[in-house]
Amino acid sequence: MINKQNWDWENGEKEIADIGTWKDKFLGVEEPYPSPDGEKIAAIVKPDEMEFSVCENGTVWEEVYDKVWYLRFGPDNRLTALVSDTAEWTLAVDQAAWAHRFDYVWDTHFSEDGRRIVIAAQKDGRYMGVTDDTPWETDFETMNNFSVSRDGEQTAAAVQIVSFQSGDIFKFQEGTYSVAVNGRAWPNNFVNVWEIAFSPDNQHVAAAIRVNLYDYTIAVDGVPWRQTFNGVWEPQFSSRDSSVTAPVRTGGKWMLAKNGEVLWDRQFVQLWHHQYSPDGATIAAIVAPEFGRWTVAVNGKPWSITFGDLVTDMVFSPDGAKVACVGKEKGQWSIAIDGVRWPGAFDMAWKPVFSHDGNNVAAKVEKNGQYSLVINGKLLQKQFDMIWNPIFSPDGDKLLIRGIKSGETKYYRQVVPLAELF
Amino acid sequence: MTESVSKESSLIADEGLDKGLARLTSEKIEKTIKTILTNETGARLKTYVSTCVHCGLCSDACHVYLSNRDPACSPVGKIKQTIWEIVKKKGKVDAQFIRRASEIAYTECNLCRRCAMYCPFGIDISYMILIVRRICHKLGVTPHYLQDTAQSHSATLNQMWVKDDEWVDTLQWQEEEAQDEIGDLRIPIDQEGADFFYSVIAPEPKFRAQLIYQAAVIFHSAGVSWTMPATPGWDNSDMCMFSGDNEMMGRLKKAHFETAMRLKVKKIVMGECGHAFRSVYDVGNRWLGFREPPIPIIHSIQFFYELLKEGRIKIAKKYAKTVTLHDPCNTVRGAGLHEMIRMIAHETCEKVIEMHPNREHNYCCNAGGGVINCGPPFKNKRVENNSIKADQLRNVKEQGAETVIAPCHNCHGGLEDIIHTYKLDMDLKFLGDIIYECMEKPEE
Ligand code: SF4
Ligand code: SF4
Ligand code: SF4
Repeated sequence: MINKQNWDWENGEKEIADIGTWKDKFLGVEEPYPSPDGEKIAAIVKPDEMEFSVCENGTVWEEVYDKVWYLRFGPDNRLTALVSDTAEWTLAVDQAAWAHRFDYVWDTHFSEDGRRIVIAAQKDGRYMGVTDDTPWETDFETMNNFSVSRDGEQTAAAVQIVSFQSGDIFKFQEGTYSVAVNGRAWPNNFVNVWEIAFSPDNQHVAAAIRVNLYDYTIAVDGVPWRQTFNGVWEPQFSSRDSSVTAPVRTGGKWMLAKNGEVLWDRQFVQLWHHQYSPDGATIAAIVAPEFGRWTVAVNGKPWSITFGDLVTDMVFSPDGAKVACVGKEKGQWSIAIDGVRWPGAFDMAWKPVFSHDGNNVAAKVEKNGQYSLVINGKLLQKQFDMIWNPIFSPDGDKLLIRGIKSGETKYYRQVVPLAELF
Repeated sequence: MTESVSKESSLIADEGLDKGLARLTSEKIEKTIKTILTNETGARLKTYVSTCVHCGLCSDACHVYLSNRDPACSPVGKIKQTIWEIVKKKGKVDAQFIRRASEIAYTECNLCRRCAMYCPFGIDISYMILIVRRICHKLGVTPHYLQDTAQSHSATLNQMWVKDDEWVDTLQWQEEEAQDEIGDLRIPIDQEGADFFYSVIAPEPKFRAQLIYQAAVIFHSAGVSWTMPATPGWDNSDMCMFSGDNEMMGRLKKAHFETAMRLKVKKIVMGECGHAFRSVYDVGNRWLGFREPPIPIIHSIQFFYELLKEGRIKIAKKYAKTVTLHDPCNTVRGAGLHEMIRMIAHETCEKVIEMHPNREHNYCCNAGGGVINCGPPFKNKRVENNSIKADQLRNVKEQGAETVIAPCHNCHGGLEDIIHTYKLDMDLKFLGDIIYECMEKPEE
């Protein structure tokens, strides 16, 4: 978890940078990203032809590169970018580039507290994970579905163990992929390996696999469930008893299975993205109870409201008591909590954000090209040309708003008590 | 070459079919067929089988039949040799039968649905052919090249074994190339909140990267807000839909739609591909439980049409050669975009000559439905089975057409082989090629 205690929670507005002036300083300015605490804003810039760098709060990094991409702040407010110098790639963290160089790097991940930074890398056509500048000891022929444990100490990916000639469909069907955890592959191979999940204690790994062209199941620490299905989606670990659950498909319907056995007594047209509440007591999932209708099911019981287009961005409150999501009906996006749809429909809505105690919820929304926030169901009247996800203060009484007001080019961070928002 | 195609073609060697055949037993065949007929078909198949009066009116709809006049190649002929027998014999068919059925289903029907328009009862032959393919997939008797593509989809979520890093690297390379032409052009990668995600099929980064370049120039000139993802899910194509691996089709479409949801885009604009459109707009979305695509899908034909209509791109100089139009089945018969193709052609080209028949009556290129993806073993047959398309092209060529516009990747592949084999000497273009060539571009 990020420590928000030491952020500036003093009420009031702070102008951080006028990013409009950056356009005059550089040949090009890409889209800006603010730090989680709102104190910094940064963008990839072009100081000169064929040169890339990063501008942070108006100050440009000392180094210039052939190319910079995937600019991202970590949860601890450190700024990272994937950079290339004379065709050698690495990660730069707060201006300091890692010592190891690769032929390509991508897919930056952070541990929940931001302490660990992890990327995927390719060198001489071989693939590996890299944590804080330390590459895996083993590299692989191919790698995808790169995943990181919450504490950032463990990394895993689907890797190719057995080579096959291009077009050798039969070799492939024998099983040539496995899961490598911290660079060490499981002893057995599968036809396919997809979504990978870590246990809450970061010690166990589960993955969605296909054992032949037709049978799907879940493998936990390398051992497949005894049962197979016509399809599976991403598995999850329970924090209570380290059991593993996953959506599984049989007879054309989706169900939730635990350790291979059906758990919920209900079948769905679709069931995916199931999640455990932080205390592990409740499971929620995005489901289609009937063709073309979408909702959330909590412990197998679907909400009575449904959306015709989609449901996405489902999230538990930190205390596990509430579930929120984004839904879309006839092209209009809205927010729903515990089966109740908030008033207001938007051109886009972002994942709802809960306060720590779960009592307050806010979400970024967009309408007619202007951005704003909905807080506890009420739309903030103020509009922004750009806004980022809001963040609640540790006590949940204040909201940190990071945005660029309508018609302005200045980026502000603003701390507002909830009581004064409306 | 009258009645010979279907018989001769049985001799075509294909590793996927031949080795698949060796693994079959009559028990396995019967059990697999029974399971599929019971669990995955119902009233629709029964009605089709019992309604058909064998009138043969569908024959003249099919380019394969018209190209060699063999009743075995007529739509009803293909059904008679496959699903009818399967249903009649309740799955008690032998391995050789399955091999022939597989070859018919995968290489002699494009699922182009032209015949459905000519059947007095609206019987959809392509639906039944897809059931045959589903059976063949479950039996492991699929053409080698098509199966390899389906396996690529499963391992990489794209059609051509493109690795995660190769994808982004290609976008950055194309961006750099395009910046030589337009200094401030960008291919915005993974830009959350852009208006649309531009999705393509894997042959673009693999072989036709200049199409991404051209699209970037068009979007940049039009001043639209767009992005391309840094993650798998960027490929909209879907050979699993055609191989019969529906479960994998679902996984591919899930990745595609969820990439759009993750990027918070309002729509997906897709490149000039016909079958991918069918997959994201019709078949794949429904398999997942979505009535419509969860994020609206706009085909390039429609997107270019809108850009021209709204004056967001302007034509500097019209394309001088006389053009003709090939209507791709999936976007024309499937979605009615033909008048938009014509508007774009007339706006951008000096002279347009229509092929006949055209619009929703157009003949398929014989590449679609996964047929071209069955690869070199079936290439000659594919080209011979579409002499009618060659006649159509020759006819417009005699009237002066020099360039064929085909807004579909598979159509390109199919027409290229036809033009070459029948020595027609015509150019082949995408709409994007023509627009890129003729549009006003921002000053460097
Ligand atoms: S190729 Fe087209 S016209 Fe011919 S049978 Fe198949 S769907 Fe019908
Ligand atoms: S036109 Fe219709 S009814 Fe006649 S043979 Fe063809 S499928 Fe059967
Ligand atoms: S490749 Fe083109 S013409 Fe041929 S089936 Fe597809 S869309 Fe139809």
